[in-house]
Amino acid sequence: MDLLLKYAKKKKADISYSWKKAKLSKTYYLFLAPYAVLFIVFYIVPVITSIFLSFTYYNILEPPKFIGFQNYINLILADDVFITAVKNTFIIAAITGPLGYIAAFVFAWFINELPRYLRAFAVLVFYAPTISGQVYLIWAIMFSGDAYGYVNAFLMKLGIINAPVRWLTDPTYMMPVLIVVILWMSLGTGFLSFVAGLQGIDKSMYEAGYVDGIKNRWQELWFITLPNMKPMLLFGAVMAITQSFGVGDVTVSLCGFPSTDYAVHTVVTHLMDYGSIRFEMGYAAAIATILFATMILCNKAIQAMLRRVGT
Amino acid sequence: MRYLKRRKPNRSRAGDVGINFILIFFGIFMAFPLVYAICSAFKPLDEIFVYPPRVFVRHPTFDNFQDLFVIMKKSWVPFTRYLYNTVLITVVGTFGHIIISSMGAYVLAKYDFPGSRTFFKLVVTALMFNGYVTAIPNYLVISRLGWLDTIWAIVIPAFAAPMGLFLMKQFMEGVPMAIIEAAKIDGASEWKIYSSVVMPMVKPAWLTLLIFSVQGLWNAKASNFIFSEELKTLPYALQQIIGGGVARAGVGAAVTLIMMIVPIVTFILSESNVIETMASSGIKD
Repeated sequence: MDLLLKYAKKKKADISYSWKKAKLSKTYYLFLAPYAVLFIVFYIVPVITSIFLSFTYYNILEPPKFIGFQNYINLILADDVFITAVKNTFIIAAITGPLGYIAAFVFAWFINELPRYLRAFAVLVFYAPTISGQVYLIWAIMFSGDAYGYVNAFLMKLGIINAPVRWLTDPTYMMPVLIVVILWMSLGTGFLSFVAGLQGIDKSMYEAGYVDGIKNRWQELWFITLPNMKPMLLFGAVMAITQSFGVGDVTVSLCGFPSTDYAVHTVVTHLMDYGSIRFEMGYAAAIATILFATMILCNKAIQAMLRRVGT
Repeated sequence: MRYLKRRKPNRSRAGDVGINFILIFFGIFMAFPLVYAICSAFKPLDEIFVYPPRVFVRHPTFDNFQDLFVIMKKSWVPFTRYLYNTVLITVVGTFGHIIISSMGAYVLAKYDFPGSRTFFKLVVTALMFNGYVTAIPNYLVISRLGWLDTIWAIVIPAFAAPMGLFLMKQFMEGVPMAIIEAAKIDGASEWKIYSSVVMPMVKPAWLTLLIFSVQGLWNAKASNFIFSEELKTLPYALQQIIGGGVARAGVGAAVTLIMMIVPIVTFILSESNVIETMASSGIKD
Protein backbone atom coordinates (compact mmCIF):
# COMPACT_ATOMS: atom_id res chain seq x y z
CA MET A 1 0.00 0.00 0.00
CA ASP A 2 2.75 2.30 1.04
CA LEU A 3 4.66 1.46 -2.10
CA LEU A 4 1.67 2.13 -4.28
CA LEU A 5 1.17 5.49 -2.66
CA LYS A 6 4.80 6.34 -3.17
CA TYR A 7 4.53 5.36 -6.83
CA ALA A 8 1.42 7.47 -7.27
CA LYS A 9 3.20 10.42 -5.70
CA LYS A 10 6.18 9.96 -7.95
CA LYS A 11 3.96 9.74 -11.02
CA LYS A 12 2.24 12.91 -9.94
CA ALA A 13 5.57 14.60 -9.46
CA ASP A 14 6.61 13.46 -12.96
CA ILE A 15 3.53 14.94 -14.52
CA SER A 16 3.82 18.17 -12.63
CA TYR A 17 7.50 18.27 -13.57
CA SER A 18 6.82 18.03 -17.27
CA TRP A 19 3.93 20.46 -16.85
CA LYS A 20 6.33 22.91 -15.27
CA LYS A 21 8.81 22.30 -18.03
CA ALA A 22 6.08 22.89 -20.60
CA LYS A 23 5.20 26.15 -18.89
CA LEU A 24 8.82 27.26 -19.01
CA SER A 25 8.92 26.38 -22.69
CA LYS A 26 6.08 28.76 -23.54
CA THR A 27 8.22 30.70 -26.02
CA TYR A 28 9.15 27.48 -27.81
CA TYR A 29 5.52 26.52 -28.22
CA LEU A 30 4.77 29.98 -29.57
CA PHE A 31 7.48 29.55 -32.19
CA LEU A 32 6.15 26.18 -33.20
CA ALA A 33 2.45 27.11 -33.03
CA PRO A 34 1.89 28.60 -36.52
CA TYR A 35 3.51 25.61 -38.16
CA ALA A 36 1.89 23.08 -35.84
CA VAL A 37 -1.65 24.37 -36.41
CA LEU A 38 -1.34 24.38 -40.20
CA PHE A 39 0.43 21.04 -40.22
CA ILE A 40 -2.27 19.35 -38.15
CA VAL A 41 -5.11 20.83 -40.20
CA PHE A 42 -3.65 20.21 -43.67
CA TYR A 43 -1.52 17.11 -43.16
CA ILE A 44 -2.40 15.13 -40.03
CA VAL A 45 -6.19 15.38 -40.37
CA PRO A 46 -6.26 14.27 -44.04
CA VAL A 47 -3.82 11.39 -43.39
CA ILE A 48 -5.83 10.09 -40.43
CA THR A 49 -9.06 10.44 -42.42
CA SER A 50 -7.50 8.42 -45.24
CA ILE A 51 -6.37 5.66 -42.91
CA PHE A 52 -9.89 5.55 -41.49
CA LEU A 53 -11.35 5.41 -45.02
CA SER A 54 -9.19 2.38 -45.78
CA PHE A 55 -11.51 0.35 -43.52
CA THR A 56 -14.61 1.42 -45.42
CA TYR A 57 -16.30 1.07 -48.75
CA TYR A 58 -16.43 4.63 -50.06
CA ASN A 59 -17.36 5.67 -53.58
CA ILE A 60 -17.51 9.43 -52.87
CA LEU A 61 -21.24 9.64 -53.70
CA GLU A 62 -22.56 7.58 -50.79
CA PRO A 63 -21.33 7.96 -47.22
CA PRO A 64 -18.51 5.52 -46.29
CA LYS A 65 -19.64 2.05 -45.11
CA PHE A 66 -17.43 0.34 -42.52
CA ILE A 67 -16.21 -3.05 -43.79
CA GLY A 68 -13.30 -3.84 -41.49
CA PHE A 69 -10.24 -5.38 -43.06
CA GLN A 70 -12.05 -6.40 -46.26
CA ASN A 71 -10.08 -3.95 -48.47
CA TYR A 72 -6.77 -5.29 -47.21
CA ILE A 73 -7.88 -8.90 -47.64
CA ASN A 74 -9.00 -8.22 -51.20
CA LEU A 75 -5.77 -6.42 -51.99
CA ILE A 76 -3.51 -9.22 -50.87
CA LEU A 77 -5.57 -12.26 -51.81
CA ALA A 78 -7.70 -11.26 -54.77
CA ASP A 79 -5.90 -8.53 -56.66
CA ASP A 80 -3.31 -9.96 -59.09
CA VAL A 81 -2.52 -6.56 -60.53
CA PHE A 82 -1.65 -5.26 -57.08
CA ILE A 83 0.91 -8.04 -56.64
CA THR A 84 2.47 -7.07 -60.00
CA ALA A 85 2.44 -3.45 -58.90
CA VAL A 86 4.17 -4.29 -55.63
CA LYS A 87 6.81 -6.29 -57.47
CA ASN A 88 7.49 -3.45 -59.92
CA THR A 89 7.56 -0.84 -57.18
CA PHE A 90 10.10 -2.87 -55.23
CA ILE A 91 12.28 -3.30 -58.32
CA ILE A 92 12.16 0.43 -59.04
CA ALA A 93 12.69 1.44 -55.41
CA ALA A 94 15.51 -1.05 -54.82
CA ILE A 95 17.43 0.19 -57.87
CA THR A 96 16.66 3.89 -58.14
CA GLY A 97 16.51 4.59 -54.38
CA PRO A 98 20.05 3.59 -53.35
CA LEU A 99 21.64 4.43 -56.72
CA GLY A 100 20.01 7.85 -56.90
CA TYR A 101 20.94 8.58 -53.29
CA ILE A 102 24.57 7.58 -53.71
CA ALA A 103 24.86 9.35 -57.06
CA ALA A 104 23.40 12.52 -55.54
CA PHE A 105 26.01 12.46 -52.81
CA VAL A 106 28.94 11.51 -55.04
CA PHE A 107 28.18 14.21 -57.59
CA ALA A 108 27.66 16.82 -54.88
CA TRP A 109 30.98 15.79 -53.36
CA PHE A 110 32.84 15.91 -56.68
CA ILE A 111 31.33 19.26 -57.59
CA ASN A 112 32.29 20.70 -54.23
CA GLU A 113 35.97 20.39 -55.20
CA LEU A 114 35.57 22.59 -58.27
CA PRO A 115 36.56 26.27 -58.33
CA ARG A 116 33.76 28.67 -57.43
CA TYR A 117 32.13 29.69 -60.72
CA LEU A 118 32.58 26.33 -62.34
CA ARG A 119 30.90 24.85 -59.29
CA ALA A 120 27.81 27.03 -59.65
CA PHE A 121 27.57 26.04 -63.30
CA ALA A 122 28.00 22.33 -62.56
CA VAL A 123 25.31 22.44 -59.87
CA LEU A 124 22.94 23.99 -62.40
CA VAL A 125 23.68 21.32 -65.02
CA PHE A 126 23.15 18.44 -62.62
CA TYR A 127 20.06 19.96 -61.07
CA ALA A 128 18.56 20.95 -64.43
CA PRO A 129 16.42 17.82 -64.94
CA THR A 130 14.57 18.49 -61.69
CA ILE A 131 14.17 22.22 -62.15
CA SER A 132 12.81 22.01 -65.65
CA GLY A 133 9.51 20.43 -64.66
CA GLN A 134 7.87 18.66 -67.58
CA VAL A 135 11.05 18.42 -69.63
CA TYR A 136 11.35 14.72 -68.89
CA LEU A 137 8.67 14.26 -71.51
CA ILE A 138 11.52 14.70 -73.98
CA TRP A 139 12.48 11.14 -73.15
CA ALA A 140 9.19 10.11 -74.70
CA ILE A 141 10.39 11.61 -78.00
CA MET A 142 13.86 10.12 -77.64
CA PHE A 143 12.59 6.64 -76.94
CA SER A 144 9.67 6.97 -79.32
CA GLY A 145 8.81 3.58 -80.78
CA ASP A 146 8.96 4.54 -84.48
CA ALA A 147 11.98 5.33 -86.63
CA TYR A 148 11.59 9.03 -85.73
CA GLY A 149 12.66 8.46 -82.14
CA TYR A 150 16.20 9.70 -81.46
CA VAL A 151 17.47 6.49 -79.96
CA ASN A 152 16.03 4.38 -82.76
CA ALA A 153 17.31 6.76 -85.44
CA PHE A 154 20.75 6.75 -83.91
CA LEU A 155 20.98 2.98 -83.48
CA MET A 156 19.66 2.38 -87.00
CA LYS A 157 22.20 4.79 -88.47
CA LEU A 158 24.96 2.86 -86.72
CA GLY A 159 23.44 -0.37 -88.00
CA ILE A 160 23.04 -1.91 -84.54
CA ILE A 161 19.35 -2.52 -85.14
CA ASN A 162 17.55 -2.61 -88.47
CA ALA A 163 13.99 -2.15 -87.30
CA PRO A 164 12.80 0.39 -84.72
CA VAL A 165 12.48 -0.93 -81.16
CA ARG A 166 9.27 -0.12 -79.30
CA TRP A 167 11.08 1.07 -76.18
CA LEU A 168 8.02 2.28 -74.31
CA THR A 169 5.48 -0.37 -75.21
CA ASP A 170 7.53 -3.58 -75.33
CA PRO A 171 7.62 -5.12 -71.82
CA THR A 172 11.24 -6.25 -72.32
CA TYR A 173 12.54 -2.70 -72.57
CA MET A 174 10.04 -0.67 -70.58
CA MET A 175 11.48 -1.23 -67.13
CA PRO A 176 15.14 -0.49 -68.00
CA VAL A 177 14.20 2.66 -69.94
CA LEU A 178 12.03 3.82 -67.08
CA ILE A 179 14.78 3.23 -64.54
CA VAL A 180 17.23 5.29 -66.59
CA VAL A 181 14.76 8.17 -66.79
CA ILE A 182 13.96 8.01 -63.07
CA LEU A 183 17.65 7.98 -62.17
CA TRP A 184 18.18 10.96 -64.43
CA MET A 185 15.42 12.83 -62.60
CA SER A 186 16.19 11.69 -59.08
CA LEU A 187 19.24 13.85 -58.49
CA GLY A 188 17.03 16.71 -57.31
CA THR A 189 16.17 17.41 -53.70
CA GLY A 190 18.84 15.34 -51.99
CA PHE A 191 21.57 16.58 -54.30
CA LEU A 192 20.87 20.24 -53.64
CA SER A 193 20.76 19.79 -49.88
CA PHE A 194 24.06 17.87 -50.05
CA VAL A 195 25.63 20.73 -52.01
CA ALA A 196 24.45 23.21 -49.38
CA GLY A 197 25.60 20.90 -46.58
CA LEU A 198 29.08 20.43 -48.02
CA GLN A 199 29.46 24.20 -48.25
CA GLY A 200 28.73 24.49 -44.56
CA ILE A 201 31.48 22.20 -43.30
CA ASP A 202 34.10 24.14 -41.41
CA LYS A 203 37.27 24.45 -43.51
CA SER A 204 39.51 24.33 -40.44
CA MET A 205 38.42 20.74 -39.84
CA TYR A 206 40.03 19.73 -43.11
CA GLU A 207 43.21 21.56 -42.23
CA ALA A 208 43.27 19.80 -38.89
CA GLY A 209 42.81 16.60 -40.87
CA TYR A 210 45.93 17.21 -42.98
CA VAL A 211 47.93 17.76 -39.82
CA ASP A 212 46.55 14.61 -38.23
CA GLY A 213 47.71 12.61 -41.22
CA ILE A 214 44.66 12.01 -43.38
CA LYS A 215 46.30 10.56 -46.46
CA ASN A 216 43.75 10.64 -49.26
CA ARG A 217 40.32 11.92 -50.19
CA TRP A 218 38.62 8.68 -49.16
CA GLN A 219 39.85 8.91 -45.58
CA GLU A 220 38.84 12.55 -45.55
CA LEU A 221 35.39 11.58 -46.79
CA TRP A 222 34.87 8.89 -44.15
CA PHE A 223 36.35 10.64 -41.13
CA ILE A 224 35.51 14.30 -41.71
CA THR A 225 32.97 14.90 -44.46
CA LEU A 226 30.43 12.16 -43.79
CA PRO A 227 30.16 12.61 -40.01
CA ASN A 228 29.63 16.34 -40.56
CA MET A 229 26.97 15.66 -43.17
CA LYS A 230 24.83 13.36 -41.03
CA PRO A 231 21.75 15.60 -40.76
CA MET A 232 21.70 16.16 -44.53
CA LEU A 233 22.36 12.49 -45.24
CA LEU A 234 19.31 11.66 -43.16
CA PHE A 235 17.25 14.23 -45.01
CA GLY A 236 18.43 12.90 -48.36
CA ALA A 237 17.61 9.34 -47.33
CA VAL A 238 14.03 10.20 -46.43
CA MET A 239 13.60 12.10 -49.68
CA ALA A 240 15.06 9.17 -51.63
CA ILE A 241 12.56 6.80 -50.02
CA THR A 242 9.56 9.02 -50.73
CA GLN A 243 10.67 9.55 -54.31
CA SER A 244 11.57 5.99 -55.17
CA PHE A 245 8.42 4.47 -53.67
CA GLY A 246 6.24 7.23 -55.05
CA VAL A 247 7.02 6.66 -58.73
CA GLY A 248 3.82 7.03 -60.72
CA ASP A 249 3.55 10.14 -62.88
CA VAL A 250 6.64 9.26 -64.91
CA THR A 251 5.40 5.81 -65.85
CA VAL A 252 2.06 7.24 -66.91
CA SER A 253 3.58 9.94 -69.11
CA LEU A 254 6.17 7.67 -70.67
CA CYS A 255 4.57 4.25 -70.96
CA GLY A 256 0.90 5.22 -70.90
CA PHE A 257 -1.81 4.06 -68.56
CA PRO A 258 -2.26 1.19 -68.15
CA SER A 259 1.14 0.15 -69.44
CA THR A 260 1.49 -2.91 -71.69
CA ASP A 261 0.94 -6.09 -69.62
CA TYR A 262 1.19 -3.90 -66.52
CA ALA A 263 4.94 -4.13 -67.04
CA VAL A 264 5.64 -0.86 -65.25
CA HIS A 265 2.43 -0.65 -63.20
CA THR A 266 3.43 0.65 -59.75
CA VAL A 267 1.62 0.85 -56.44
CA VAL A 268 1.02 4.53 -57.05
CA THR A 269 -0.47 4.02 -60.51
CA HIS A 270 -2.64 1.27 -59.03
CA LEU A 271 -3.77 3.77 -56.45
CA MET A 272 -4.51 6.39 -59.11
CA ASP A 273 -6.54 3.80 -60.97
CA TYR A 274 -8.83 3.12 -57.99
CA GLY A 275 -8.79 6.66 -56.64
CA SER A 276 -9.43 8.78 -59.69
CA ILE A 277 -10.85 6.41 -62.31
CA ARG A 278 -12.92 3.80 -60.46
CA PHE A 279 -13.65 6.08 -57.49
CA GLU A 280 -13.24 3.31 -54.94
CA MET A 281 -11.64 5.59 -52.40
CA GLY A 282 -11.70 3.08 -49.56
CA TYR A 283 -9.70 0.62 -51.61
CA ALA A 284 -7.33 3.35 -52.78
CA ALA A 285 -6.82 4.43 -49.18
CA ALA A 286 -5.92 0.85 -48.23
CA ILE A 287 -3.28 0.83 -50.98
CA ALA A 288 -1.88 4.12 -49.69
CA THR A 289 -1.80 2.84 -46.12
CA ILE A 290 0.17 -0.25 -47.12
CA LEU A 291 2.62 1.91 -49.07
CA PHE A 292 2.88 4.24 -46.08
CA ALA A 293 3.68 1.37 -43.71
CA THR A 294 6.33 0.00 -46.08
CA MET A 295 8.02 3.37 -46.37
CA ILE A 296 8.08 3.84 -42.60
CA LEU A 297 9.75 0.43 -42.15
CA CYS A 298 12.26 1.28 -44.85
CA ASN A 299 13.00 4.60 -43.19
CA LYS A 300 13.63 2.87 -39.82
CA ALA A 301 16.12 0.49 -41.44
CA ILE A 302 18.01 3.27 -43.21
CA GLN A 303 18.21 5.44 -40.11
CA ALA A 304 19.75 2.54 -38.23
CA MET A 305 22.34 2.18 -41.01
CA LEU A 306 23.16 5.89 -41.10
CA ARG A 307 23.86 5.89 -37.38
CA ARG A 308 26.96 3.82 -38.08
CA VAL A 309 28.48 6.26 -40.56
CA GLY A 310 31.92 7.56 -39.61
CA THR A 311 32.49 5.11 -36.75
CA MET B 1 42.97 32.23 -47.74
CA ARG B 2 45.78 31.75 -50.19
CA TYR B 3 46.52 28.43 -48.55
CA LEU B 4 43.07 27.18 -49.52
CA LYS B 5 43.49 28.21 -53.15
CA ARG B 6 46.51 25.97 -53.47
CA ARG B 7 46.23 22.30 -54.32
CA LYS B 8 45.14 20.31 -51.34
CA PRO B 9 48.07 18.21 -50.13
CA ASN B 10 46.24 14.90 -49.91
CA ARG B 11 44.84 14.73 -53.44
CA SER B 12 46.24 12.48 -56.14
CA ARG B 13 46.43 14.00 -59.61
CA ALA B 14 45.03 10.84 -61.20
CA GLY B 15 42.00 11.11 -58.93
CA ASP B 16 41.37 14.71 -59.97
CA VAL B 17 41.52 13.80 -63.65
CA GLY B 18 39.20 10.85 -63.11
CA ILE B 19 36.66 12.92 -61.20
CA ASN B 20 36.58 15.65 -63.82
CA PHE B 21 36.15 13.07 -66.55
CA ILE B 22 33.19 11.49 -64.74
CA LEU B 23 31.63 14.90 -64.15
CA ILE B 24 31.91 15.89 -67.82
CA PHE B 25 30.51 12.57 -69.02
CA PHE B 26 27.46 12.64 -66.75
CA GLY B 27 27.12 16.41 -67.16
CA ILE B 28 26.47 15.96 -70.88
CA PHE B 29 23.91 13.25 -70.10
CA MET B 30 22.15 15.48 -67.57
CA ALA B 31 22.19 18.63 -69.69
CA PHE B 32 21.17 17.02 -72.98
CA PRO B 33 17.37 17.17 -72.58
CA LEU B 34 17.67 20.73 -71.33
CA VAL B 35 19.67 21.77 -74.40
CA TYR B 36 17.11 19.98 -76.50
CA ALA B 37 14.25 21.88 -74.85
CA ILE B 38 15.94 25.22 -75.47
CA CYS B 39 16.73 24.40 -79.10
CA SER B 40 13.22 23.12 -79.81
CA ALA B 41 11.67 26.38 -78.69
CA PHE B 42 13.52 28.18 -81.49
CA LYS B 43 12.90 25.61 -84.20
CA PRO B 44 10.57 26.43 -87.10
CA LEU B 45 7.77 23.90 -87.48
CA ASP B 46 9.44 21.99 -90.35
CA GLU B 47 12.55 21.39 -88.26
CA ILE B 48 10.55 19.99 -85.33
CA PHE B 49 9.21 17.18 -87.50
CA VAL B 50 12.31 16.58 -89.60
CA TYR B 51 13.61 13.07 -90.18
CA PRO B 52 16.19 11.99 -89.12
CA PRO B 53 15.61 14.08 -85.97
CA ARG B 54 18.14 16.80 -85.19
CA VAL B 55 19.03 18.18 -81.76
CA PHE B 56 20.44 21.57 -82.66
CA VAL B 57 18.45 24.21 -84.43
CA ARG B 58 19.51 25.21 -87.98
CA HIS B 59 17.47 28.34 -88.61
CA PRO B 60 16.49 29.77 -85.22
CA THR B 61 13.24 31.72 -85.23
CA PHE B 62 10.92 33.42 -82.79
CA ASP B 63 7.83 32.12 -84.63
CA ASN B 64 6.84 29.82 -81.79
CA PHE B 65 6.84 32.67 -79.29
CA GLN B 66 4.95 34.89 -81.70
CA ASP B 67 2.30 32.21 -82.18
CA LEU B 68 2.07 31.83 -78.43
CA PHE B 69 1.44 35.54 -77.96
CA VAL B 70 -1.21 35.52 -80.68
CA ILE B 71 -3.03 32.69 -78.89
CA MET B 72 -2.64 34.45 -75.54
CA LYS B 73 -4.30 37.59 -76.91
CA LYS B 74 -7.35 35.58 -77.86
CA SER B 75 -8.03 34.29 -74.33
CA TRP B 76 -11.07 35.92 -72.77
CA VAL B 77 -9.38 36.54 -69.45
CA PRO B 78 -6.38 38.84 -70.04
CA PHE B 79 -3.29 36.68 -70.01
CA THR B 80 -1.49 38.89 -67.50
CA ARG B 81 -4.14 37.82 -65.01
CA TYR B 82 -2.87 34.21 -65.06
CA LEU B 83 0.67 35.46 -64.69
CA TYR B 84 -0.34 37.70 -61.77
CA ASN B 85 -2.06 34.78 -60.00
CA THR B 86 0.94 32.52 -60.30
CA VAL B 87 3.40 35.21 -59.22
CA LEU B 88 1.22 36.04 -56.21
CA ILE B 89 0.93 32.38 -55.20
CA THR B 90 4.66 31.81 -55.62
CA VAL B 91 5.80 34.90 -53.70
CA VAL B 92 3.35 34.69 -50.78
CA GLY B 93 3.61 30.91 -50.51
CA THR B 94 7.41 30.82 -50.54
CA PHE B 95 7.80 33.70 -48.12
CA GLY B 96 5.34 32.26 -45.60
CA HIS B 97 6.72 28.76 -45.96
CA ILE B 98 10.30 29.81 -45.21
CA ILE B 99 9.34 31.92 -42.16
CA ILE B 100 6.82 29.55 -40.60
CA SER B 101 8.77 26.35 -41.14
CA SER B 102 12.10 27.80 -40.02
CA MET B 103 10.55 29.21 -36.83
CA GLY B 104 9.26 25.76 -35.98
CA ALA B 105 12.52 24.15 -37.06
CA TYR B 106 14.55 26.47 -34.82
CA VAL B 107 12.91 25.42 -31.57
CA LEU B 108 12.76 21.76 -32.61
CA ALA B 109 16.46 21.72 -33.47
CA LYS B 110 17.89 23.64 -30.56
CA TYR B 111 15.61 22.97 -27.59
CA ASP B 112 14.13 19.95 -25.91
CA PHE B 113 10.62 20.46 -24.57
CA PRO B 114 7.70 18.12 -23.91
CA GLY B 115 6.33 16.86 -27.22
CA SER B 116 9.12 18.24 -29.40
CA ARG B 117 10.55 14.88 -30.47
CA THR B 118 7.18 13.30 -31.11
CA PHE B 119 6.13 16.26 -33.20
CA PHE B 120 9.25 16.09 -35.35
CA LYS B 121 8.77 12.37 -35.89
CA LEU B 122 5.21 13.07 -37.03
CA VAL B 123 6.45 15.59 -39.58
CA VAL B 124 8.97 13.17 -41.07
CA THR B 125 6.37 10.41 -41.17
CA ALA B 126 3.82 12.66 -42.85
CA LEU B 127 6.29 13.14 -45.71
CA MET B 128 5.73 9.53 -46.69
CA PHE B 129 1.99 9.50 -47.12
CA ASN B 130 0.92 9.52 -50.74
CA GLY B 131 -0.77 12.71 -51.85
CA TYR B 132 -3.35 11.13 -54.15
CA VAL B 133 -5.37 9.69 -51.31
CA THR B 134 -5.32 12.74 -49.11
CA ALA B 135 -6.72 14.78 -52.00
CA ILE B 136 -10.32 14.15 -50.96
CA PRO B 137 -9.93 14.76 -47.20
CA ASN B 138 -7.91 17.83 -48.16
CA TYR B 139 -10.71 19.06 -50.35
CA LEU B 140 -13.18 18.60 -47.49
CA VAL B 141 -10.96 20.54 -45.09
CA ILE B 142 -10.54 23.40 -47.55
CA SER B 143 -14.25 23.58 -48.30
CA ARG B 144 -15.09 23.50 -44.57
CA LEU B 145 -12.78 26.49 -44.14
CA GLY B 146 -14.56 28.25 -47.00
CA TRP B 147 -11.37 28.63 -49.00
CA LEU B 148 -12.57 26.92 -52.17
CA ASP B 149 -12.01 29.05 -55.23
CA THR B 150 -9.57 31.37 -53.47
CA ILE B 151 -5.80 31.35 -53.74
CA TRP B 152 -5.58 30.56 -50.01
CA ALA B 153 -6.45 26.98 -50.85
CA ILE B 154 -3.00 26.69 -52.43
CA VAL B 155 -0.97 29.16 -50.43
CA ILE B 156 -1.83 28.27 -46.82
CA PRO B 157 -1.27 24.47 -47.02
CA ALA B 158 2.03 25.23 -48.77
CA PHE B 159 3.17 27.10 -45.65
CA ALA B 160 3.22 23.87 -43.67
CA ALA B 161 4.79 21.51 -46.22
CA PRO B 162 6.68 18.94 -44.09
CA MET B 163 9.81 18.95 -46.28
CA GLY B 164 10.62 22.56 -45.44
CA LEU B 165 10.60 22.03 -41.70
CA PHE B 166 12.61 18.85 -42.05
CA LEU B 167 15.28 20.53 -44.19
CA MET B 168 15.58 23.59 -41.94
CA LYS B 169 15.74 21.48 -38.78
CA GLN B 170 18.54 19.31 -40.16
CA PHE B 171 20.63 22.37 -41.02
CA MET B 172 19.92 24.21 -37.77
CA GLU B 173 21.26 21.27 -35.78
CA GLY B 174 24.70 22.39 -36.94
CA VAL B 175 24.39 25.81 -35.27
CA PRO B 176 26.51 25.63 -32.11
CA MET B 177 24.57 26.02 -28.87
CA ALA B 178 27.42 28.20 -27.55
CA ILE B 179 26.55 30.99 -29.98
CA ILE B 180 22.89 30.92 -28.95
CA GLU B 181 23.81 31.02 -25.28
CA ALA B 182 26.25 33.86 -25.84
CA ALA B 183 23.46 35.84 -27.52
CA LYS B 184 21.18 35.09 -24.58
CA ILE B 185 23.73 36.38 -22.10
CA ASP B 186 23.96 39.53 -24.16
CA GLY B 187 20.24 39.95 -23.54
CA ALA B 188 18.85 38.93 -26.93
CA SER B 189 15.27 37.70 -26.97
CA GLU B 190 14.41 34.33 -28.49
CA TRP B 191 13.01 36.09 -31.59
CA LYS B 192 16.16 38.19 -31.94
CA ILE B 193 18.34 35.08 -31.74
CA TYR B 194 16.23 33.36 -34.36
CA SER B 195 16.11 36.28 -36.78
CA SER B 196 19.58 37.80 -36.43
CA VAL B 197 21.79 34.93 -35.26
CA VAL B 198 20.45 31.59 -36.44
CA MET B 199 18.82 32.53 -39.75
CA PRO B 200 21.93 34.29 -41.18
CA MET B 201 23.99 31.23 -40.22
CA VAL B 202 21.76 28.81 -42.10
CA LYS B 203 21.43 30.97 -45.19
CA PRO B 204 22.42 28.10 -47.52
CA ALA B 205 19.53 26.09 -46.08
CA TRP B 206 16.78 28.61 -46.65
CA LEU B 207 18.13 29.59 -50.04
CA THR B 208 17.86 25.92 -50.96
CA LEU B 209 14.34 25.82 -49.55
CA LEU B 210 13.54 28.92 -51.61
CA ILE B 211 14.48 27.05 -54.76
CA PHE B 212 12.29 24.05 -53.87
CA SER B 213 9.34 26.21 -52.93
CA VAL B 214 9.45 28.51 -55.97
CA GLN B 215 9.82 25.51 -58.23
CA GLY B 216 6.81 23.77 -56.71
CA LEU B 217 4.45 26.74 -56.54
CA TRP B 218 5.41 28.13 -59.95
CA ASN B 219 4.27 24.87 -61.50
CA ALA B 220 1.10 24.54 -59.38
CA LYS B 221 -1.92 23.90 -61.59
CA ALA B 222 -4.33 24.03 -58.65
CA SER B 223 -7.25 22.92 -60.78
CA ASN B 224 -8.69 20.95 -57.82
CA PHE B 225 -9.55 23.98 -55.76
CA ILE B 226 -9.97 26.84 -58.19
CA PHE B 227 -12.84 27.11 -60.64
CA SER B 228 -13.11 30.79 -61.60
CA GLU B 229 -11.26 31.49 -64.81
CA GLU B 230 -9.83 34.76 -63.48
CA LEU B 231 -8.17 32.95 -60.55
CA LYS B 232 -6.55 30.18 -62.58
CA THR B 233 -2.81 29.86 -62.76
CA LEU B 234 -0.27 30.20 -65.54
CA PRO B 235 0.63 26.49 -65.83
CA TYR B 236 -3.06 25.70 -66.14
CA ALA B 237 -3.59 28.25 -68.91
CA LEU B 238 -0.49 27.15 -70.78
CA GLN B 239 -1.54 23.53 -70.53
CA GLN B 240 -4.82 24.46 -72.23
CA ILE B 241 -2.83 26.00 -75.09
CA ILE B 242 -0.63 22.95 -75.59
CA GLY B 243 -3.78 20.83 -75.53
CA GLY B 244 -4.19 21.76 -79.22
CA GLY B 245 -2.15 18.70 -80.22
CA VAL B 246 0.38 18.31 -83.04
CA ALA B 247 -0.42 21.67 -84.61
CA ARG B 248 0.69 23.33 -81.39
CA ALA B 249 3.98 21.39 -81.09
CA GLY B 250 6.06 24.51 -81.73
CA VAL B 251 4.06 26.58 -79.27
CA GLY B 252 4.37 23.75 -76.78
CA ALA B 253 8.16 23.94 -76.97
CA ALA B 254 8.01 27.68 -76.36
CA VAL B 255 5.72 27.13 -73.36
CA THR B 256 8.10 24.58 -71.84
CA LEU B 257 10.95 27.06 -72.11
CA ILE B 258 8.94 29.92 -70.60
CA MET B 259 7.87 27.80 -67.63
CA MET B 260 11.52 26.90 -66.98
CA ILE B 261 12.85 30.46 -66.93
CA VAL B 262 11.63 31.56 -63.50
CA PRO B 263 12.81 28.48 -61.56
CA ILE B 264 16.18 28.61 -63.31
CA VAL B 265 16.69 32.33 -62.63
CA THR B 266 15.74 31.78 -58.96
CA PHE B 267 18.18 28.92 -58.89
CA ILE B 268 21.07 30.92 -60.31
CA LEU B 269 20.44 33.91 -58.01
CA SER B 270 20.20 31.88 -54.84
CA GLU B 271 22.95 29.44 -55.72
CA SER B 272 25.45 32.24 -56.35
CA ASN B 273 24.37 33.70 -53.02
CA VAL B 274 25.01 30.43 -51.19
CA ILE B 275 28.58 30.39 -52.40
CA GLU B 276 29.05 34.07 -51.62
CA THR B 277 27.96 33.82 -47.98
CA MET B 278 30.05 30.79 -47.27
CA ALA B 279 33.14 32.52 -48.63
CA SER B 280 32.65 35.68 -46.58
CA SER B 281 31.43 34.53 -43.18
CA GLY B 282 33.69 32.82 -40.72
CA ILE B 283 31.19 32.21 -37.93
CA LYS B 284 31.43 28.60 -36.85
CA ASP B 285 33.14 27.03 -33.94
